[in-house]
Amino acid sequence: MQYLAPEKTADAVKLLAKSKGQVHLLAGGSDLLVRMKGGYIEPDVIIDIKRIKPMQDIKKTATGFNIGAAVSCAQMGDHKALRRAWPGVVEAANLIGSDQIQGRCTVAGNLCNASPAADSVPALIAAKAVAIVKGPKGTRRVPVENFATAPGKTCLKKGEIVESIQLPKRAAKMADAYLRFIPRTEMDIAVVSAAVNLTLGPRGVITAARVALGAVAPTAILIPEANKILKGDKLTEESLESLAEVCSAACKPINDKRGTIDFRTHVAGVLATRAARLAYTRAGGKL
Amino acid sequence: MSVLVNSTINGDQYEFVCEPDETLLDALRDRVGMTGVKEGCGTGDCGACSITLDGALVCSCLVLGAEAEGRKIETVEGMSDGDKLHPLQTKFLEHAALQCGVCTPGFLIAAKALLEKNPDPSEEQVRYALAGNLCRCTGYDKIVRAVLAAAKQMRKA
Repeated sequence: MQYLAPEKTADAVKLLAKSKGQVHLLAGGSDLLVRMKGGYIEPDVIIDIKRIKPMQDIKKTATGFNIGAAVSCAQMGDHKALRRAWPGVVEAANLIGSDQIQGRCTVAGNLCNASPAADSVPALIAAKAVAIVKGPKGTRRVPVENFATAPGKTCLKKGEIVESIQLPKRAAKMADAYLRFIPRTEMDIAVVSAAVNLTLGPRGVITAARVALGAVAPTAILIPEANKILKGDKLTEESLESLAEVCSAACKPINDKRGTIDFRTHVAGVLATRAARLAYTRAGGKL
Repeated sequence: MSVLVNSTINGDQYEFVCEPDETLLDALRDRVGMTGVKEGCGTGDCGACSITLDGALVCSCLVLGAEAEGRKIETVEGMSDGDKLHPLQTKFLEHAALQCGVCTPGFLIAAKALLEKNPDPSEEQVRYALAGNLCRCTGYDKIVRAVLAAAKQMRKA
């Protein structure tokens, strides 16, 4: 096996395009090294992206935040401005594994690993995040909801690499929240999860809503109907009930010992309403 | 093709050769002789191999040895000041916070990382911060008490 650590995105793209055999990108390694250890993969080439400067930092830009693909979730949790602007994204990222895992794992890796239960992905979808993808044919911007195509599968083509995740600028009365269900208090994988991002206008009236669910379908999913239900009114018992209904209706979960189809479908609605209340309060609305 | 790696380990310069697919855990134990770094699960679940890498708490089983080039590593071997044990080490002994001892280096490194960030943690915060370290002997209570006692002593110092 060959270990390569380029210092430029363009070099990583070139190496990725020309390397032969099993080629894997290494960000935090908290998925990749586990798969190597388990014998599920035997890479011929590993391309470590952590020496690439533009991938190492969180930058506040005119249009929001740019989170480099090599930024660890611990770095996100330590970033005050990011935490203030996107509390839901940061709380989702900080739910992944232990402090030790936090020191390594990345949201870009979480996205590329394409697990339906990835904690950060529903929060990124609700936040309207975009993955900046660099490849042999240049740059493309992929909305996070279109990134994963199936469990473990993404829209990345040969030679393509995620350079960063961009989050939009937070509007004045805007806030997000993320909640997940696990059978214990810590160190587990989501059985169901929900992320809600609300923008409020005058008198607490919702002007825009984005709701996403995790672990209830082959990929994390955006619930477009949620915007129609929540927009134009305050958060009411009726609108929350309708929100729970559309969320449950959108579920196509697996059935396993950690959660049955009925359980996951029901809890998706419950978590969506709870996350909506939380986001609404954070945005300055009164319940 | 072997990789030559230069790292600062517990303040000293080290040069070691490892295989490109070799974990930092294996390199530290087998190439450098830092056997205080323990292998439990090898998959990032148990925390026995905890170290800090450029100040970040990580599982060394989920890091490649080759990644350590130019990085600063801290292991349990660097915790005491010569013969003088770190307050966490003293309190672990006083509280009998270990039995077989395999998980102990990982707990010490993780607890040190916590107290550097938060010198006055609540019991709940200690339990969350150590959720990535598994102990199959003591049942955690003594470990949590030892960490809280060390934190108290370190705040006075």
